Amino acid sequence: MKTKTIKLHVWRQSGPNDAGRFETYTAENVTEHMSFLEMLDDLNEKLIADGKDPIAFDHDCREGICGMCSMVINGYAHGPDERTTTCQIHMRHVFDRGWDEVWIEPWRATSFPIRKDLIVDRTALDKIIQAGGYISIRTGSARDANEAPIPKPIADRAFDAATCIGCGACVAACPNASASLFTAAKVGHLALLPQGQAERMSRVKSMVATMDELGFGGCTNHGECEKACPKGISIDFIASMNRDLLKSLVVDRGDAEAPDEGA
Amino acid sequence: MATKALTLYDTTIGKKAVMAASGIILLGFTLGHLSGNLKAYAGPTEFNEYARWLRTMPALLWGARLALIFAFSAHIYSAFSLWRRNKSARPNRYQKKVDLATDYAAKTMYLSGPILLFYVLFHLVHLTFGGQLFGDGTIFGIEGYTWEASNPYNNLVHGFQHWPIVIPYVLGNLALGVHLFHGIWSMFQSIGANHPRYNQYRRDLAIMLAALLTIGNLSFPIAVMAGYLEPTTLRFNFPELL
Amino acid sequence: MELKSHEPTGPIEQRWTEHKAHSKLVAPHNRRKHTVIVVGSGLAGGAAAATMGELGYKVKCFCYQDSPRRAHSIAAQGGINAAKNYQNDGDSVFRLFYDTVKGGDFRARESNVYRLAELSTAIIDQAVAQGVPFAREYGGLLANRSFGGAQVSRTFYARGQTGQQLLLGAYSALERQIAAGSVKMYPRTEMLDLIVYEGRARGIVTRDMVTGKIEAHVADVVVLATGGYGNVFYLSTNAKGCNTTATWRAHRKGALFANPCYTQIHPTCIPRSGETQSKLTLMSESLRNDGRVWVPRKPEDCDKDPKSIPEKDRYYFLEERYPAFGNLVPRDVASRNAMYVCENDHLGVGPKIPGEPRRGVYLDFADAISRLGKHTVVERYGNLFEMYERITGDDPVETPMKIYPATHYTMGGLWVDYNLESTIPGLFVGGEANFSDHGANRLGASALMQGLADGYFVLPFSVGNYLGELRTPPALEEDDAVCKDAVREVKARLTKLIEAPAAKHGPDHFHRLLGNIIWKYCGMSRSRDGLKDALKQIPELREQFYREVKVVPNKDETLNQTLERASRVADFFELGELMCLDALTREESCGGHFRTEHQVDGEAKRDDEKFQHAAAWEWSGDASKPVRHEEQLTFEYVKPTMRSYK
Ligand SMILES: Cc1cc2nc3c(=O)[nH]c(=O)nc-3n(C[C@H](O)[C@H](O)[C@H](O)COP(=O)(O)OP(=O)(O)OC[C@H]3O[C@@H](n4cnc5c(N)ncnc54)[C@H](O)[C@@H]3O)c2cc1C
Ligand code: SF4
Ligand code: FES
Repeated sequence: MKTKTIKLHVWRQSGPNDAGRFETYTAENVTEHMSFLEMLDDLNEKLIADGKDPIAFDHDCREGICGMCSMVINGYAHGPDERTTTCQIHMRHVFDRGWDEVWIEPWRATSFPIRKDLIVDRTALDKIIQAGGYISIRTGSARDANEAPIPKPIADRAFDAATCIGCGACVAACPNASASLFTAAKVGHLALLPQGQAERMSRVKSMVATMDELGFGGCTNHGECEKACPKGISIDFIASMNRDLLKSLVVDRGDAEAPDEGA
Repeated sequence: MATKALTLYDTTIGKKAVMAASGIILLGFTLGHLSGNLKAYAGPTEFNEYARWLRTMPALLWGARLALIFAFSAHIYSAFSLWRRNKSARPNRYQKKVDLATDYAAKTMYLSGPILLFYVLFHLVHLTFGGQLFGDGTIFGIEGYTWEASNPYNNLVHGFQHWPIVIPYVLGNLALGVHLFHGIWSMFQSIGANHPRYNQYRRDLAIMLAALLTIGNLSFPIAVMAGYLEPTTLRFNFPELL
Repeated sequence: MELKSHEPTGPIEQRWTEHKAHSKLVAPHNRRKHTVIVVGSGLAGGAAAATMGELGYKVKCFCYQDSPRRAHSIAAQGGINAAKNYQNDGDSVFRLFYDTVKGGDFRARESNVYRLAELSTAIIDQAVAQGVPFAREYGGLLANRSFGGAQVSRTFYARGQTGQQLLLGAYSALERQIAAGSVKMYPRTEMLDLIVYEGRARGIVTRDMVTGKIEAHVADVVVLATGGYGNVFYLSTNAKGCNTTATWRAHRKGALFANPCYTQIHPTCIPRSGETQSKLTLMSESLRNDGRVWVPRKPEDCDKDPKSIPEKDRYYFLEERYPAFGNLVPRDVASRNAMYVCENDHLGVGPKIPGEPRRGVYLDFADAISRLGKHTVVERYGNLFEMYERITGDDPVETPMKIYPATHYTMGGLWVDYNLESTIPGLFVGGEANFSDHGANRLGASALMQGLADGYFVLPFSVGNYLGELRTPPALEEDDAVCKDAVREVKARLTKLIEAPAAKHGPDHFHRLLGNIIWKYCGMSRSRDGLKDALKQIPELREQFYREVKVVPNKDETLNQTLERASRVADFFELGELMCLDALTREESCGGHFRTEHQVDGEAKRDDEKFQHAAAWEWSGDASKPVRHEEQLTFEYVKPTMRSYK
């Protein structure tokens, strides 16, 4: 079993108002079977034993689906492996890259304020969903699920968009810290389905306006998000969202209100 | 939820759409401009006749100029406001950041854009307003390069015999190529002109157009310096219109 | 204490309808006056919060993750059952009910299970209407598969991400209500205690995980949907944050905890690879449809390249022992047999970890590949293969997978009646957090179904019924003495952890040790002596924990992940002890609970005479001396038979 010592430069920041800085640690006896986060767990246990503040980082499922983990590793959002979240990086692959030194940073974006160390606040993404990332269907009022067949290719494509885990790597990787891929994934998922048509125009308007209001940058078509996205969501969905938005504002001017729940 | 009435331009996507639309106008002009200039290869008479013809239609000329001014302003203003926004979306930069998808062209739009702008201004001063500005004197103080009011062909060819004209021209056109390489593809994306079946061709088209324009434009200084295009001794006479 | 199930009587297929028809309601204009707390935003909590918000209640919803979308329901892969009978293969509500009761080894309440089967179809309708992209056939209709050895194809799925898609559906409904102002969401907020006032659940104490602020939230009703307690084993397929704190604290405040020893060990997980392993990864059960499970017949072959081992030297132990079901035997049977071949027969092929038998068996796709072609197999399981390769470095197309059982689901939970109300009035419990529908063993693809049935349909209705009866609860404010006391108590608890006298190790150290004990003695197979041993070890370790746990930073009013973990581990200690006690008291084998003393030919032997009941434990003030109560179970529609998969 291969073992290695790895030098880590980790962003430490005690709270939102702290300026933050890198600190250097040595992770010893890192084995090829460990995951990247297990390496940090191990380091943290040692820090705790030494009475030092362990590195705070977000994680939960550790199987690439909850979207909680979030680190920029040596300049790559979620690390260098394609379609892989931070929690799914295994040291085997880090060894293969010959890395002895690793820089770990949080997602950096105005809309994702840092809470502590590598933990950022991503509630802005929830707010974008609140603006219309849903189909307004009252519980219990649905018709039979098989009443409206959906061609398989359309359903599959909708799935490709729906698979977004809301991790925010797209924002982290984007040179403009834009949330376009995240927003487009939801817009695209619902716009493709017959159920999503009724609110299609109001949805895209409201979600895009909210994305902008929250201080994310605008898309300038670099395509970095698509590469960083652990679910491989295509920037074609951004183009489709753009088209829908233009349509909603130019062709179908209609009502620019978000769907009103009349709470 | 009360959302204020949204206008297209309020959104970042709207701004990109404005950039795409104005970009199309500017691209169209650049193509037209090149195809006109290619007449130089047909000879001085043809070229000058074309220039004269343009000036006999002030409505078209001014219409086009107004459209261009409008497109330029919209393009630049939108670019500027997006740039400001995007800067503030990430004030703290990464210590390390690896780019996986973006390319030189995309990353330097905010560089190639201003270079282009300066070049266009230079180009206008040089060939469009040259007559007014330099009268019968030398152009930009370049010795031996004098303005011939009724001979645009010579104004062009003579110019490319001088490095101070060639260098900005080459730089400007390289910036144009780079700008268009990303800009054309980006335009499709921004207005949502995408379809799984054709998406792969969008890149190809961008490369083709960018290459065509850059190579086409750069051919003139090369042709002049290689002696393929030479000043003419013919005399022309047509009204000086602007 | 007498446990009243409050289940309706009469023909089973009418019970739910009748029950609804005769229950109390709250008029729309009165609903705004009632505050409802929902702890948890998974399928059960998210769906309940969204639905009650939509109905007009003032809902406060809590979760410990940074967004409700990340609840652990997100990780469910395989699918969700529903008695739609879209495949015309003879499925029906009754059959799903029957299968679930039988699958649970006759340890669940019939009325609840029937209602679950009945509601299953509406869940699919609801999800599709929300835009959940279930798999479809070329004709555009919904696709189904047979799951976990079921005789009918009733499982709906969305690639390997069914839980994610269903949760995102519920989450979108929830976000819609948040936008509408009817639900207020409290992410990164952990419930640390329950507030009971005049005999009713009236609020919770929470800790803001960013600022560390501890405060009380008051409501007319509290709903817990905080998921399962599988992480008591330290290693499980659950997310790292899954915990028992919410349910355990409610238990300590008077809610009975039922059948804690019923845990499900899933046979197809990636084996543990070393000491520092932090969690285990599930490989969907669907793999057993095409993969064959085997180990070498001779221990000396365990080190060889599996492909070089000839057919005759391979021990397809499931196929040989269970010819009728083969590789598709239920989860507990598959798991236990894998354990036997590794631990008793020493034929395991898992990673070598010092001081442990090699734990792991092959799951081989070579036959499926030669029969169906590589393309088809990869199309079916491609994403699982990728996941496996990422973790282990091996490609299952080239070399057999290695799998080993891991804790996956907990059938036990807070005791609830037919209305999902616990023994504390006004405290409702849904999803994996309650004990209700799966008896001693859960069928594949039915946890998602239960979570959503509870969340969309049962809880909103039951809460209405409760409030309709209660009308106006006695006034209670956040700054009343009860609440302040509760807050003080929580603070004291955390301080005790922070100020451990001989602080030495972080909480994970103790969690690992606890997990080892539970896994060893209260895992796939349990014995009287082992359990007694565990019952001695756990309190000792717990004492050591309180003495030596080290929390850094040593303050609570800040973001402090060590403190979060320490507080959860503290509760796992008490729960772990109760599990062992429950397992020891249940002198029979049933479902996921296998007692070595109670078996015939290696198969589980139930004792219906003595144990046809749910065991519900009452907190007595001493973690080692809880009081056991029983709810007798009656089976009118599905007659208990011995489960046999031979
Ligand atoms: C890997 C895996 C695969 C699975 N696959 C399937 C499958 O294919 N089919 C199937 O039917 N079932 C499957 N299951 C089981 C099923 O996913 C779960 O039983 C079910 O999703 C639980 O839903 P829930 O709503 O009860 O809880 P969860 O989804 O776990 O939600 C718990 C919620 O409670 C919150 N919470 C917990 N504690 C606290 C606290 N103290 N304070 C505040 N909030 C708290 C959490 O933040 C979360 O929001 C699988 C389980 C796992 C682990
Ligand atoms: S689009 Fe991709 S990168 Fe962005 S949030 Fe979704 S999964 Fe993450
Ligand atoms: S921890 Fe859930 S995706 Fe990484």
